[in-house]
Amino acid sequence: MSRLSSAADPEDAPHAPTGEAGDEVVDPVRSQLLADLRQHMGPAVLDSEVAGGDLWVRIDRSAWSKAADVLRNSMGMDYFCFLSGLDWMVNPDLSGEKVWDPDGGVSIDGGDDEAAAADAVVEDTGGGIKTGVAGGSTRFQVFARVFSTTAKVGITLKADLDERDPRTGSWVGVYRGADWHEREAWEMYGFEFDGHPGLRHMYLPGEFEGHPLRKDFPLLAREVKPWPGLVDVEAMPGEEAAPDGADEGADA
Amino acid sequence: MVATTDWQKSAYIAGQAADARVNVELETEGMTLNLGPQHPATHGTLRIVVRLDGEQVVWAEPVAGYMHRGYEKLCEVRTYPQVTTLVNRIDWLGHFANEVPFILAAENLMGIEAPPRAQWIRTIFFEMARIANITLFLGDMGVQLGAITPIFFAFRDREHVLNLMEAATGGRFHPNYDRIGGLKEDLPRGWVEECKAAMKKMRGFCDEIEDLLMGNEIFQKRTRGIGVIPPAVGLEYGLSGANIRASGVDWDIRRDEPSPLAYKECDWKVWTHPDGDSFARYWVRLQETREATKIVDQLLESLPAGSIQAKVPRIIKVPAGESWVHTENPLGEMGYYVVSKGGLGPFRVKIRTPSFNNVSITPWLLRGVYVPDVITILASLYFILGDIDR
Repeated sequence: MSRLSSAADPEDAPHAPTGEAGDEVVDPVRSQLLADLRQHMGPAVLDSEVAGGDLWVRIDRSAWSKAADVLRNSMGMDYFCFLSGLDWMVNPDLSGEKVWDPDGGVSIDGGDDEAAAADAVVEDTGGGIKTGVAGGSTRFQVFARVFSTTAKVGITLKADLDERDPRTGSWVGVYRGADWHEREAWEMYGFEFDGHPGLRHMYLPGEFEGHPLRKDFPLLAREVKPWPGLVDVEAMPGEEAAPDGADEGADA
Repeated sequence: MVATTDWQKSAYIAGQAADARVNVELETEGMTLNLGPQHPATHGTLRIVVRLDGEQVVWAEPVAGYMHRGYEKLCEVRTYPQVTTLVNRIDWLGHFANEVPFILAAENLMGIEAPPRAQWIRTIFFEMARIANITLFLGDMGVQLGAITPIFFAFRDREHVLNLMEAATGGRFHPNYDRIGGLKEDLPRGWVEECKAAMKKMRGFCDEIEDLLMGNEIFQKRTRGIGVIPPAVGLEYGLSGANIRASGVDWDIRRDEPSPLAYKECDWKVWTHPDGDSFARYWVRLQETREATKIVDQLLESLPAGSIQAKVPRIIKVPAGESWVHTENPLGEMGYYVVSKGGLGPFRVKIRTPSFNNVSITPWLLRGVYVPDVITILASLYFILGDIDR
């Protein structure tokens, strides 16, 4: 398995050009792969990141189908791994409804840097968007992964989609396995794939409304009953909040 | 249908000629058959709508979703340690193997690594999950073809492995044993010896099933040349694991990619088969079970002493970032794409399960086959419904 630690802190991720590997170990295989892709795709490659033994490339949504064609037919990426979506909305407006916030209401690590960083993410976007590795400028992203079983190297592709009309080209013509994955992304995120033979529900009943994996879709189980797991992460009675020491049994 | 070997080419041509003769004599009306949702060949509740022309399938369409539990959404409202409880239930026969890639992805983002003893035990349990999972397939495939005995042997011998899992983890099917930075508990006393004895029994089971089922002429007739998947088509659909190795693709994530798990410490072999048919898939899985017992034996011999838990804070926060970790699970490539925003729980988890892709090939693969072969092909692809629906 590839061990990929995206060193990408959201703060400095969006502009990490190739070659400028910083303190990362330079990865010749993936750097070459990226150079090849740039050669084929030209300016459609918007951003990229080589880190921790993996490669992320963000391409323009109009070139999404072409990217699949290039990867499979010119770059030997014969294996289709998955295709799915990302919703970067941070503070979903559920019109008064409260979703469980994994960071809210737990008074731990008050002055912790990470916590502060997480808060900063929320603040500086004003409830907007803060995308991850290889950047992005829109709320929705479609992302997919392909792999070469001969070179044993994989690549993760992302493309920004318009929030009002999340639409891009289909991969079915190149990777037939993308059929079900695109149906799933259509069902869960509402993405449209031009050229897909028939976007139908994959899991949910035909009359289902809404797109469950969008961040502003409430999880009804939490509305009915607050999640009791919140108790588990509070400090033990009589214990100082946020012990930095290492107890064993992470969730004891 | 595309043949991959000469033997299959001639068999395919002969079959086509025979079909043509029959079709001219017996012209029948088309009919639609609903296979499932509750059919023993589906390992859960998958419905397959097949349009038949006589005995031949014109088109087939699997209908999933009867067991959709929304794990990707649920992961977003859980903390990292709580997620393992959910993912145990994805492929319920490969239980422990589901936990490992998620934990590795979280460790990856945190920049920690479990101590060697924990990695060894993880690898041992990973392979034991594989043995428990594939053992059932080896017996179940017989049932689908009308041989009842092998499944009883499989259930009997699988208990050897499950008892050991239960002894160490407390759960036969849902161990929830993996932790970020290590494991829940160390192995109980005497476990290593019992495990070695059990591995010997499992090798005995493999020999037995090979004699009983694989050498059987009826079994061979029903599986050879049925459901041939050419490697290029399989890869395009994202087939992985034994399904693609049975088409001659020599790719195993355990061997080919760097990993903190202890596979590089053992001597074992990745088996492939050139035919790509149902028999090849069965054969590859049988060999894999044997190899898995060898891996477990070697790891038990070289099990290092020491701690089983790295130093982690009691309240686990994972730094912001994105991580993709995949492993060679019993059913194929399983991976988690974890997006963290630095909180207590993941921001987004994409769960890539092997069965989802493995089943997505069925509309292509079932076209033109006969009804009894539908069952053979479905059984030989070997999927778990929880693994399709998540």
